[in-house]
Amino acid sequence: MKNIGREFDVIVIGGGITGAGTARDCALRGLKVLLVERNDIADGATGRNHGLLHSGARYAVKDSESAAECIKENMILRRIARNCVDDTQGIFITLPEDADSGYGLDYQKQFIEACHASGINARVLDPKEALRMEPSVNPRLIGAVQVPDGSVDPFRLCSANILDAKLHGAEIMTYTELKSFIREGDSIVGVRLLDKKSGETLECRARVCVNAAGIWGHNVAELAGVHVGMYPAKGALLVFGHRVNNVVINRCRKSADGDILVPGDTVTVIGTTSTKVPFEECDNMSVTREEVELLLREGCALCPSLAQTRILRAYAGVRPLVAADNDPTGRSISRGIVCLDHETRDGLKGFITITGGKLMTYRLMAEWATDAVCRKLAVTAACTTADKPLPGSEPEDQYKEVKLPQFAGANLGMKASVGRQGSMTEKIDYTSEENRELICECEQVTVGEIRYAVKELGVTSLLDLRRRTRVGMGTCQGTYCIYKAAKVLAEALGKPEMEQQLAEEYLSERWKGMSAVGWGDTLREMEFMQKVYKVGKPTSFNR
Amino acid sequence: MQEKNISAHNFEQCQKCAICTTVCPILANNELYPGPKQAGPDGERYRLKNPIFYQDTLKYCLNCKRCEVACPSGVEIGDIIQSAKLEMGKRHHVLRDTMLASTDLMGSVATPIAPLVNATLALKPVKAVMDAVIGVHKGRTLPKYSHVTFEKWFRKNAAAAQEGFRHKVSYFHGCYANYNYPQLGKDFVSVMNALGYGVELLEGEKCCGVAMISAGMLKQARKNAAHNIGVFSKAVAKGNKVLTVSTSCTLTIRDEYPHLLGVDNSEVRDNIQLVEKFLYQQLSSGRIKLVWKEGYKAKAAYHAPCHQEKLGWANFTIELLRMIPGLELTVLDSHCCGIAGTYGFKKENYEVSQKVGKPLFDNIAAVNPDFVACECETCKWQIEMSSGYEVKNPVSILAEALDLEATAKANI
Repeated sequence: MKNIGREFDVIVIGGGITGAGTARDCALRGLKVLLVERNDIADGATGRNHGLLHSGARYAVKDSESAAECIKENMILRRIARNCVDDTQGIFITLPEDADSGYGLDYQKQFIEACHASGINARVLDPKEALRMEPSVNPRLIGAVQVPDGSVDPFRLCSANILDAKLHGAEIMTYTELKSFIREGDSIVGVRLLDKKSGETLECRARVCVNAAGIWGHNVAELAGVHVGMYPAKGALLVFGHRVNNVVINRCRKSADGDILVPGDTVTVIGTTSTKVPFEECDNMSVTREEVELLLREGCALCPSLAQTRILRAYAGVRPLVAADNDPTGRSISRGIVCLDHETRDGLKGFITITGGKLMTYRLMAEWATDAVCRKLAVTAACTTADKPLPGSEPEDQYKEVKLPQFAGANLGMKASVGRQGSMTEKIDYTSEENRELICECEQVTVGEIRYAVKELGVTSLLDLRRRTRVGMGTCQGTYCIYKAAKVLAEALGKPEMEQQLAEEYLSERWKGMSAVGWGDTLREMEFMQKVYKVGKPTSFNR
Repeated sequence: MQEKNISAHNFEQCQKCAICTTVCPILANNELYPGPKQAGPDGERYRLKNPIFYQDTLKYCLNCKRCEVACPSGVEIGDIIQSAKLEMGKRHHVLRDTMLASTDLMGSVATPIAPLVNATLALKPVKAVMDAVIGVHKGRTLPKYSHVTFEKWFRKNAAAAQEGFRHKVSYFHGCYANYNYPQLGKDFVSVMNALGYGVELLEGEKCCGVAMISAGMLKQARKNAAHNIGVFSKAVAKGNKVLTVSTSCTLTIRDEYPHLLGVDNSEVRDNIQLVEKFLYQQLSSGRIKLVWKEGYKAKAAYHAPCHQEKLGWANFTIELLRMIPGLELTVLDSHCCGIAGTYGFKKENYEVSQKVGKPLFDNIAAVNPDFVACECETCKWQIEMSSGYEVKNPVSILAEALDLEATAKANI
């Protein structure tokens, strides 16, 4: 056992957006922070959702508190995370069949009033106006409401929080699993950790531990000897091959499956479903054929051309809802934030759980958790995360730099890296010819961006690299670039012998997501991937 | 579960195999050009995200369509690039591009004073001024204008005689045969008449618009396309086929009208074809007979223009030429000549245009033919200027090799 006695003010457990935000907030308030994550950052629900910058309108009718939180955080993220946010705007449409089921234009009126009551700027659109604004929307619509939705890249957002935490002195340990808590009397005083890469165990001590592990927080709490009843609700999503819509499209009715279509970066995502799953399944989600069919059917109601658009892959995440009542759908649960001080709740000192909430309110969750930490540590520093821009977010317009003269002859990859890394792109040395070379052509990832990610963003594998750069996330899902990416990454890591292993690990994961939608052009791509790399099983689809 | 993927220009069918990049004549010769895959389907995903990702370097695409011919997935790569240029591209040399693209206008102005224009345009100082002021490269030999247009000649000398034929075809002569080289039109009329077909002109054809499309003159190109579809419809309604002698006009009318200009041609498309295809089909079904001149002897090398490769009709021409008893024919390896219509005239493209064509010029020199056979007038300009070999349209070769009188008798 090494590192015995390393002391921190606070240890944050979980490298999702909540943990990352909490680590950042704690670091900004001058605390000595350690964040531990058993896999990579954004590996759980953070990286497996729509990437929707909610306006809150979706919750306005049933849960005005969540709606108000959403719109407030929406406006904050537009300021502090410009390179992660795309201001697409959103529309809520009413279809003739919605009127038949009680969600017609009367409901639209109620919806708009509720939006206004929560501070959401909702504006009625004439169906023709809606079609002009978003030509891909179902032309059968009978009504539409415009709201300030957008899209947000959750990987980038998480990475930017981690980076800022690091810049303010936090220590980040990924691929490090919590094995147990160190307990002294009625206090949690530290953690015993397993470094999954080296196999070594270590101990770290802190005056407060924050459980920010999403759905896995259920188990983390059990390790601490307290019970937080959580409710794993699986949500499945499909990724389409290109941006079909440029405006978020929602259904103006009671929340249901597959009723949000979000344009995110170069793709469009439809989701989601809500199914109760056992805890054992949370680590290995897969999407069923029924879920694919349901999402496609509902997606086509929002945007008919989805029926003819290539689907790249399917994925699923698990919402960390706090269990309540016997609701079989999980939808009537408030998405409200739950911040538990286990000292007052369970008599356990030095332990806080932050859960519930959603991607949109991560910053507020982090603020609440950090406030609770500060109370325990008698620290009075105020929260500044609502005003301080995240790294990469400095220029007013995320594309401002692309317009600069030095980008006049730039290749698409250089411009795309600005779109992703924002003002941090200045750390990429594009004077070097080699760094300008493209590795991933679908997503326009350069050698320079990969090297930057390895150097600054804590990358250990191609899967990690994907979350920070989109490498291999495009049309070919890595088939034509991953061997190149593996070489650049292995060299940048100083481990050239890992090249093949990195590629295999990546493609196996891609294969899984493609299998659920393996027909048409995606099937052709899979068969090619299979033949070249010998990954996956030969396909046998009969759709 | 899903219906067929129908993304614009099939761009989502792209498997990212990059075969297109191996056939692009520009990628190998101009490092500024991102290549068909990047400029086409890859770039398209980014342009859909935000038009700021449009790259000005798309202007280096010469629209040869070789990428489309090579694509195993049917992606219309050239169309994706041209569409993006039309929609988002900036026009840099507006005066030059408009002059090069307005073949009808320039032709009408130049033909009445052709001797003067031709002499002036051949002067070195004039070329230097054109290079400096409007951006037409000074090294380029400019096509000569004819003093009398084909249409004028036809009405005066040939129109009346056409009445006597039972079968008629309509002839889309194009700008080149009309303003620059009426002999091509005359050869067409001689051959068709000998085979028993009367030739009718369309009721006022306009330039197909190919050069306007590459100059980004969308509005004018659409106007011409709509007008031409109108006159084609009238000809087709009479039961006529519309025959052409230029591959690029043909490809533009058949494919670019619907793909790039959004002009529907479905009613007339199947009735518009190159004369070589028409003749080959008539021969195969025994409707026409050819009688060759005694003692005709020549050595020719056939160059298939890029747009002929895209049309997929090169074999009709090759087979027709192979029927000529005295003609020793070598089919050249398929290779872009580099001019691509107005592309090679432009100052910024001139050198690349010569580099692209070099393997072809070398190949021709190695064969050392009496002349090169080729259906494209701009290929002709490039090859004649850069290889020194004369280029003849297959129709003109037929006019030379056929015993026209005997053929006429055989086809009564």
